[in-house]
Amino acid sequence: MGAPRKTHAPSAGQTVGPFFAFGLAYPKMHEVVFPHSAGAIVLGGTVFDGAGAPIPDAIVEIWGADADGSVARARGARRRDDHSFTGFGRAMTDDEGHYEFWTREPGPSGSGAAPFFAAVVFARGLPDKLHTRIYLPSDAAVLDADPLLASLDADERATLVATRTPDGGLHHDIRLQGEKETVFLAF
Amino acid sequence: MTDIAAAPESLLAAPDQASQREITREITELHAAYRTREGAGETLHATMHDFPPYRSSILRHPTKNPKLVDPETIELFSPAFGQRDVAKIESDLTLQHAGEPLGERITVRGRLLDSWGRPLANQLVEIWQANSAGRYIHQRDQHPAPLDPNFTGAGRTVTDDAGEYLFTTIKPGPYPWKNHVNAWRPAHIHFSVFGTSFTQRLVTQMYFPGDPLFALDPIYQSIHRQTDRDNLVSAYDHDLTVPEFSMGYRFDIVVDGPDATWTEGEEEH
Repeated sequence: MGAPRKTHAPSAGQTVGPFFAFGLAYPKMHEVVFPHSAGAIVLGGTVFDGAGAPIPDAIVEIWGADADGSVARARGARRRDDHSFTGFGRAMTDDEGHYEFWTREPGPSGSGAAPFFAAVVFARGLPDKLHTRIYLPSDAAVLDADPLLASLDADERATLVATRTPDGGLHHDIRLQGEKETVFLAF
Repeated sequence: MTDIAAAPESLLAAPDQASQREITREITELHAAYRTREGAGETLHATMHDFPPYRSSILRHPTKNPKLVDPETIELFSPAFGQRDVAKIESDLTLQHAGEPLGERITVRGRLLDSWGRPLANQLVEIWQANSAGRYIHQRDQHPAPLDPNFTGAGRTVTDDAGEYLFTTIKPGPYPWKNHVNAWRPAHIHFSVFGTSFTQRLVTQMYFPGDPLFALDPIYQSIHRQTDRDNLVSAYDHDLTVPEFSMGYRFDIVVDGPDATWTEGEEEH
């Protein structure tokens, strides 16, 4: 049976504005897992504008499954106990537009599924949120089988797949506009 | 990397510094164009990402249409917040310092609902705002209005079983910004909520009824339909006004979910 007709108009989104840090920052917000704990990696990158300039007042949030693909239901993403996996992290870009998380790599949600972090971007100057995904650089067959990635051309696809750093972390830039504009999602 | 990033506050002023008249003209023309497009059958996002009267959006909005996808497992859940994440006192922004903040004390109450009007319990609600003089505590705010040593302007709570939240705070002042000459934001409180599905993630702003700055504000007007703009204006509610204490405002928030969020059933997310 399908969903019944929606009865309530959604509240429209608005920009986070210029001064959000004092409202949204909290201790260890970017530590989805405890730094240097087993399986912990750094996921980071830069958020760029359409002129290729870094955006120093953006927020990136990630929400990902645990290493076994299970979705965390533990509370405490806002008051971390340094061991419960809550799956959620929030990072604000620094003056160079860089964001960074300590996290664990999500496992596939099912057999053969391409693992990814769900991500949302906010920024001063961005009128509403943007949804995207950050896929792990899995082997090509796994990525090819992903319904979203399969629908994209190579350049678009590259904007959604993180790259492996020499120290085993993940690098992923987000471009709000321009030639290599990140693919953003509607549901 | 050899480029030195510009100081963030240097980016706050739009380079062209248009007049309010020019900004208002742009808003009016864009809204007319959107009405024409919707009249022709196009469906536009409630908030326009491409809205040049909001000058700092010009280089910060995507130019391609978003890809329509079916949400996958992780996207149909959202982070589980609960009482352990937030202390009760964090919902009262007037109790965070030794003394009382200056300004008009208000209570803001409302419900968090999904697209079918179902209340969402155990949901984190985060708010932040300027003080009664229109000054943010943020270090890069250059508005020469006084800081209030008894007011930070950030609070959070978790919705109860009926999906209700309640904040005690002071009414924020209107706030000048450098989008154009003599640009002032209507008084507002920023709200951040999650919903039960990550696709419902929402950051928005609550306004106060009858603000004369509504028509002039390119951020508020980036929402192109009047009905959607009206939904972000709180209602004065005398039943919420506390005798000898605070003025009451009601503000309900509806998070949008794809139909797939309906099938999540009754279990709590």
